[in-house]
Amino acid sequence: MATTASFIIVSRNDIPIYEAEVGSATKREDAAQLHQFVLHAALDIVQDLAWTTSAMFLKNIDRFNDLVVSVYVTAGHTRLMLLHDSRNDDGIKSFFQEVHELYIKVNFLQLGCSVHVLVFHLSIVEKN
Amino acid sequence: MIGVSKIKQYSNVLDKPLSKGKQEVSLSAFAFLFSELVQYNQTQVDNIAELERSRLEDAGYAVGARCLELLCHREKGNRRETRLLGILSFVHSTVWKVLFGKVADSLEKGTEHEDEYMISEKELLVNRFISIPKDMGTFNCGAFVAGIVRGVLDNAGFPAVVTAHFVPMEGQQRPRTTILIKFAEEVLRREARVG
Repeated sequence: MATTASFIIVSRNDIPIYEAEVGSATKREDAAQLHQFVLHAALDIVQDLAWTTSAMFLKNIDRFNDLVVSVYVTAGHTRLMLLHDSRNDDGIKSFFQEVHELYIKVNFLQLGCSVHVLVFHLSIVEKN
Repeated sequence: MIGVSKIKQYSNVLDKPLSKGKQEVSLSAFAFLFSELVQYNQTQVDNIAELERSRLEDAGYAVGARCLELLCHREKGNRRETRLLGILSFVHSTVWKVLFGKVADSLEKGTEHEDEYMISEKELLVNRFISIPKDMGTFNCGAFVAGIVRGVLDNAGFPAVVTAHFVPMEGQQRPRTTILIKFAEEVLRREARVG
């Protein structure tokens, strides 16, 4: 089943450190910009919501047409944000958990900088 | 070959599991490394304040930031801390246990100011093998640990100014070390709003 999905990682200081289109559907040219815009717009909502709960996985915090934004906030307030159209909550939660583990490992190398590691990217794409 | 055990080789550092690994590290190796760290930085700076703050504390900050992420994942089963007392007891128990093998001696709230808290330790590990010459005044190598605490608090969303102080105790030769934590305005405001 073809799914559209856009994934970004935003650090504590609101700097995006990683972006990727991970859906399996064919990608339109302007879709990527739209996805980025929707994800950035959801940042304010995440900021408020993050202080109301101690859970890391926040699902369906915002909607745009039929696309839904889900966020996973780590202990250091790094936000893993996913824009998707699927309803598979468990699959998305396990995707976030795997990315979280990879993120912790990469975090040991450099704090808060852009993650250009090719292997990281490939791992993300194959996880989906 | 005789005596060679099978160690799994990971082609890629990202494939290595995040398991606990060996819990203990040689104390003498750590003491040696730390003393070298202090001595090296001593040659690089002009005055004590800079040595204490910018070098040692920043080194500790880097440790604290990584510690927070790793420990929340390993020890706390992916629950974040959103309350002040929660993050303080996380530092006082979990972080101290993993770094120093025991929980901190005490956690106190300051009586004079609302935003001050103190974590005290009878003999801080980093100060155990270090003696401060008289001409260095109030310099305290506990600044490294203060940096670790600041790293944890800052990255968890509780910005604070953290410093280390010697507190002389009657009846004891060596003074107690106290880590003083002074939280920023916004932390107290947010606590009041949420709590």
